[in-house]
Amino acid sequence: MKIQRLFSGAVVALFAAIMAAPVAAWEPSKPVEFIIPAGTGGGADQMARLIQGIVAKHNLMKQPLIPVNKSGGAGAEGFLEVKAAKGDPHKIIITLSNLFTTPMATGVPFNWKDMTPVSMLALDNFVLWVNAEDPYKTAKEFLDAVKKAPPNTFKMGGTGAKQEDQILTVAIEKAAGVKFTYIPFKGGGAVATQLVGKHVNATVNNPIEAVANWRAGKLRALCVFDDERMPYKTRVTDTQSWFDIPTCREAGVSTEYVMLRGIFMPAGVPPEAVNFYVDLFNKVRATPEWKKFMEDGAFNQTFLTGKAYADWVSKAEVLHRDLMKEAGFLAKP
Amino acid sequence: MDEINALFHGFSIALTPFNLMLMVIGIVLGVLIGVLPGLGGANGIAILLPLTFSMPPTSAVIMLSCIYWGALFGGAMTSILFNIPGEPWSVATTFDGYPMAQQGRAGEALTTAFTSSFIGAFFAVVMITFLAPLVAKFALKFGPPEFFSVFFLTFCSFIGMGKEPAFKILAAMMLGFALAAVGIDTVTGQLRLTFGWHEMMRGFDFLIAVIGLFGIGEILLSMEEGLSFSGRDARINTRIVVETWKKLPRFWVTSLRSCLIGCWMGITPGGATPASFMAYGVAKRMSPDGAKFGTGQAEGVVAPETAAHAAGTAALLPMLSLGIPGSPTAAVLLGGLLIWGLQPGPLLFVEQKDFVWGLIASMYLGNIVGLIIVLTCVPLFAAILRIPFSIIAPVIIVICAIGAYTVNNAMLDIWMMLIFGVLGYAFKKLAYPLAPLVLALVLGDQAEDAFRQSMLISQGSLGVFFSNGLVGSIMGLGLLLLVWPLFGKLKARLKAAG
Repeated sequence: MKIQRLFSGAVVALFAAIMAAPVAAWEPSKPVEFIIPAGTGGGADQMARLIQGIVAKHNLMKQPLIPVNKSGGAGAEGFLEVKAAKGDPHKIIITLSNLFTTPMATGVPFNWKDMTPVSMLALDNFVLWVNAEDPYKTAKEFLDAVKKAPPNTFKMGGTGAKQEDQILTVAIEKAAGVKFTYIPFKGGGAVATQLVGKHVNATVNNPIEAVANWRAGKLRALCVFDDERMPYKTRVTDTQSWFDIPTCREAGVSTEYVMLRGIFMPAGVPPEAVNFYVDLFNKVRATPEWKKFMEDGAFNQTFLTGKAYADWVSKAEVLHRDLMKEAGFLAKP
Repeated sequence: MDEINALFHGFSIALTPFNLMLMVIGIVLGVLIGVLPGLGGANGIAILLPLTFSMPPTSAVIMLSCIYWGALFGGAMTSILFNIPGEPWSVATTFDGYPMAQQGRAGEALTTAFTSSFIGAFFAVVMITFLAPLVAKFALKFGPPEFFSVFFLTFCSFIGMGKEPAFKILAAMMLGFALAAVGIDTVTGQLRLTFGWHEMMRGFDFLIAVIGLFGIGEILLSMEEGLSFSGRDARINTRIVVETWKKLPRFWVTSLRSCLIGCWMGITPGGATPASFMAYGVAKRMSPDGAKFGTGQAEGVVAPETAAHAAGTAALLPMLSLGIPGSPTAAVLLGGLLIWGLQPGPLLFVEQKDFVWGLIASMYLGNIVGLIIVLTCVPLFAAILRIPFSIIAPVIIVICAIGAYTVNNAMLDIWMMLIFGVLGYAFKKLAYPLAPLVLALVLGDQAEDAFRQSMLISQGSLGVFFSNGLVGSIMGLGLLLLVWPLFGKLKARLKAAG
């Protein structure tokens, strides 16, 4: 990761240098469609609309950026549209893990290689949560309890089926030798509430989905599924900061999973157009609004562009294929 | 009375000239958004959300919630004037609202609808003001079995309700369920009933179906009947508002009942759509004029409008205090809160007093401002019906087509709309009811999700629906409503025999 970060720093510097030079750069000549392959109100939607707001407020682009939700078929609708819009530089798409999971689970024909990677904005973390009234203080205590109970006694709530939450649940089951009953809900907010209401026993919500109830003392964070702790040391609850949550590896579960929040464009677009958007998102990332959003949601702020980004995506694809294959989620051809 | 103090503090925040101006702008924009089918409150707010990032959060949410009120008012207009419900919860308003407009009583119907929505919303705001912490906890009791029981109750209350034979209602409802099943399946993550056709992945959107079934279907019928449009004798009467108001107090029982149904459905996140149908159904049962419902009874407009707005307003409470959006619009607003740096959740009421009470105060003010604005326009709106049908029909079709296209920016949806139009025409000719189809299409997939989640939880035992007092009593009530019409028939038969 460190090398990648260094590398991305170099890329950023390079682009900054290019942009500073008085070259006749490409610029959008009409409004840019910003496709969100998810419904309104979810994590991707919030991020896209924040970006739209930042772009408008700081006047980062002459043409407006217009978010459009294309959530049909677990996001396949949005991806197929970008695939079909070959060579159109006025279309960008924000992705979540359904970039990999949807085609694998449903067999809808698209792949990230049908698009041009622009830049990674951040990685979203996953945290193992339980109800604060339950007695489990650590991931180990919790998983021991799951192990002791008959299989399927403990219920894991998550967003959607055969998507990131269920994949992660299966990964935990494999790593810890336990069995959950996975219950799919439509959105992350609903999942958190179901846990507060004790209708499920645990969740793997993203930080931003559960933070409100964590602060109110309704939920307890057991561990984060990343290779290092979240870096935010400002206190969020009365006693804890994001940094105080141990990684699941420290807690004895060696499962790591982060979700891509990145930008893609259709294939076959001119490189100057890609550079324009890379630069645009660099500017977005520099704004105070973005920084605050990153901290509130305890995002992993890894930022990649160009080849480093493409490499990361292709590695993530292999990881998802392995996880989904093991879980038996791949579509039958 | 801490709440009163806090509320007046809220008024002092909301009542600045800048905020008042935003309220008026919001309401007017909202009415426009509500009138154009396809835009809808949620889309309207999503489009305008980024514009508000540079405002203080309280002003921003005041403007956005006023757009929401405006859209709710506007949605009732198209239901009454053209039989095109712009939102799922306006469907029940068409049952009596549209016949009223056809009888030349459009002004009366509009005034009734607007006033009822105001009363419903106002009742819910008062409840939010005083009972917020108490009722918020109630929403947490709702797991999948409880959700299913609410949907079950809604469907059951519907079956015995219509004029049509129960069999026809069931047939229409089943078709609705089948349409709702198209697209991705939440529980297995698989595509269903798409026949390998990618355009079908999206499933059938409520709005496309409704624009087609009601709007286009109605136009086809009018064409058959010789291009007559029976609303044309609507006189422009500026005193219509006052005259209608004189009649309304008679319906206070229906109104109060609908307020309670609405608040309850808004807090238990059942939402405004079940609330409006249920209130209509209950009013039909309980009212002495129940048999005449569907022929243009003002009471049939009062019941669903009051309940829908009470529910729509009450739905903001779980959003603020728990962070669960009770409606699509609330979901977008929730996203907005996060972007403005506010965290909805149990602590919002403690940490962001200015914001919460400013918002609550703006609900009072926004509704009053909204009511005044729409009521002054009633004669104007009603006059739309004086335009000859041969001119207005093409305009409606174009607006419908734009609306259908806007939902997903897809051309296929316009064809779907036309097909639904023909289906709607056929349904009317064969005397099949449309509303059960729409209800099943709107709530079908949520009901299915809740049912299958419950089955996962209980490992396949139906006992989960009677596992605690709350879910058991809602299910019991549903079953009772389902068999109620049979009792009526049995009684009639016994009487005839004896």
